[in-house]
Amino acid sequence: MSRTPLRPLARILKARARGENPDVIEAENRARRHEAMADKQRQRAEGRLLVLGLAFFCAFGVIGMRMGTLASSVPEEPRASAVGNPIIGQRSDIVDRNGRILATNLQTHSLYAHPRDMIDPANAAKRLAEIFPELDEEELLKDFQGDRRFLWIRRQISPEQMQAVHDIGSPGLLFGPREMRLYPNGPLAAHILGGASYGREGVASAEVIGVAGVERQFDSYLRDPANEGAPLQLSLDLTVQAAAEQVLAGGMSIMNAKGAASVLMDIHTGEIISMVSLPDFDPNNRPRVLTTGDQSDSPLFNRAVQGVYELGSVFKIFATAQAMDLGLVNPNTMIDTQGPLTWGRFRIRDFHDYGPELSTTDVIVESSNIGTARIAMQIGAERQRAFLGSLGFLEPTPLEMVEAPTGRPLLPPNWSEISTMTISYGHGLSSSPVHLAAGYASLLNGGTRVTPTLLRRTTTEQGPRVVSEAVSAASRSMLRQVVSRGTASFGDVQGYEVGGKTGTADKPRAAGGGYYDDKVISTFASIFPANDPQYVLIVTLDEPSENSGAEPRRTAGWTAVPIAAEMIRRTAPLLGLRPQVDRPQQVGVTLTSN
Amino acid sequence: MRGLFYVLTALAVMGLAFWAYQENYKTQAAIAEVRGLHGEIGSAHERISMLRAEWAYLNRPDRLADLADLNFDRLGLLPLMPDAFGAVDQIIYPLPPILPITNPIELSFDQLQAMENDL
Repeated sequence: MSRTPLRPLARILKARARGENPDVIEAENRARRHEAMADKQRQRAEGRLLVLGLAFFCAFGVIGMRMGTLASSVPEEPRASAVGNPIIGQRSDIVDRNGRILATNLQTHSLYAHPRDMIDPANAAKRLAEIFPELDEEELLKDFQGDRRFLWIRRQISPEQMQAVHDIGSPGLLFGPREMRLYPNGPLAAHILGGASYGREGVASAEVIGVAGVERQFDSYLRDPANEGAPLQLSLDLTVQAAAEQVLAGGMSIMNAKGAASVLMDIHTGEIISMVSLPDFDPNNRPRVLTTGDQSDSPLFNRAVQGVYELGSVFKIFATAQAMDLGLVNPNTMIDTQGPLTWGRFRIRDFHDYGPELSTTDVIVESSNIGTARIAMQIGAERQRAFLGSLGFLEPTPLEMVEAPTGRPLLPPNWSEISTMTISYGHGLSSSPVHLAAGYASLLNGGTRVTPTLLRRTTTEQGPRVVSEAVSAASRSMLRQVVSRGTASFGDVQGYEVGGKTGTADKPRAAGGGYYDDKVISTFASIFPANDPQYVLIVTLDEPSENSGAEPRRTAGWTAVPIAAEMIRRTAPLLGLRPQVDRPQQVGVTLTSN
Repeated sequence: MRGLFYVLTALAVMGLAFWAYQENYKTQAAIAEVRGLHGEIGSAHERISMLRAEWAYLNRPDRLADLADLNFDRLGLLPLMPDAFGAVDQIIYPLPPILPITNPIELSFDQLQAMENDL
């Protein structure tokens, strides 16, 4: 590049010759040079700006396009980073204590219709009515020819029915997958399981929700995908439950009872091994709730949990146990049983006249109302209330069922002295068979509080102490004597040392005012084996009457006790309890040494 | 020197691009495989749960009791009762096996047989 000199000699000399200032030429040249430099720099800067602008344009363009695609496309889970198991989305199973299935799921199909797509609605309606007898052809046809676009026909159909609908060949009949809750054992443990139905429904799937029992109580647990299909394990034993239901159903029909309930509970842990309420129902096809009349007549009513009854003499053992724990009496103290006992306008009578006095043990063995009432008078209302409270008789059972809070015991509004006396022999306080089972378990397992549960427990923590160990043992011995020489002689099961107490309570009239003469609730509360208690069994019959004799017999000794004995005979071996056999002593051989 | 550096850089970029390309395809293949496996596991779960339901249904206590009644003459099954329990000394244990005879006594019968064989 040739550089133009600022002071070209030729022009300077010429300017000097003309007498002009040569500096003007220099300034002019300098200005021209600066101009050229500025031009060049501007050009370069413009080029850079252009490149930079292009880069920014491209970057913003890419970002804009990406945003556009993100906004207009369907959202999708990033697959590579999926956590957990995305497969097991089913409702969890419910199993018994040995892992046998009580409730599970089945894949079925639902049937729906798009009437607009139908070619021959008349034929479709006719054929559908043939496949599903409960559908009405006329109504179907009216729906198909109306202006509906969508129509549910059946929620669940079996594979055979699905094939039959396929064979109709109508393009307007469509199937959707549908998960169905299945109770494979039918009515077994129906009241505990409850039932399930559909929540929100769609064509592609439907939400299965629990409607009663543990299905409802543990609904969120059963539906939680985080469990990955881990089943809910109950404390029930399927085999024992089946045997108990069989025995109780047989006994209920022999004793002409309206209803029956039984509770078999582990005396140490409070786990409910079997709980039966009859009449029962099939949870696969749950009946509707009664809209009129007494809910306790519905098969849905769980007599063991919701049914609160005055249970009668089975309560006597609580009075004697408390009196022994307080040191007021011992098993041999003589109690005045001269009757009738009059308190105000009330008269307390015994079933028979037991003479002037009985020992505390015999008050239980002979079931003397007067004797128990006298013991209760020594205890007093406050202490009795506190004691029954410590056994759980003042609030609903904490069982894990939605129905449990409805089984609230009925307490006297004013716990007066007469209430104390009647409650001591089981009148004036209504509670459920589960309450009674928990009370017996707490009192007789050595004297520590037991809370009933439907869930399998692996660890046992000892509850607070209710009575001393000695009182618990003395009470067990009294209950054993009730069976061996008292009112429950039919309850003796060889090898299992049954101990228990009968209770026959007149049913209060529904309209209020007194009791029925010929309607009773008969109860047998038992433990076995009495020398090393393992289980508590409560059997309750509603309005039994044993008609083999000259006149109907309604006392628990004739009705509930034989059923309980048969139940123990059937269930104890299933529970792995070995009968205690008295081996004959070996005669004539003595070990001696000298 | 500078030229060599540029060439090496360009080669490295090409190498990395090739590696990334391959990794991308491997990842895609792995994701597809996982998706397939999930599907398979899902259908296996469905099958298992169906089989378990069927097993539970076929083993429901009512049905087993009916079957035991129907086949009573062949099986003779009764409900488990307390008398089904026994004591250990009631069990007849198998007798201990007889030890091999190491010092046999010769009988005349054996000799007769041996002579017959010789003839």
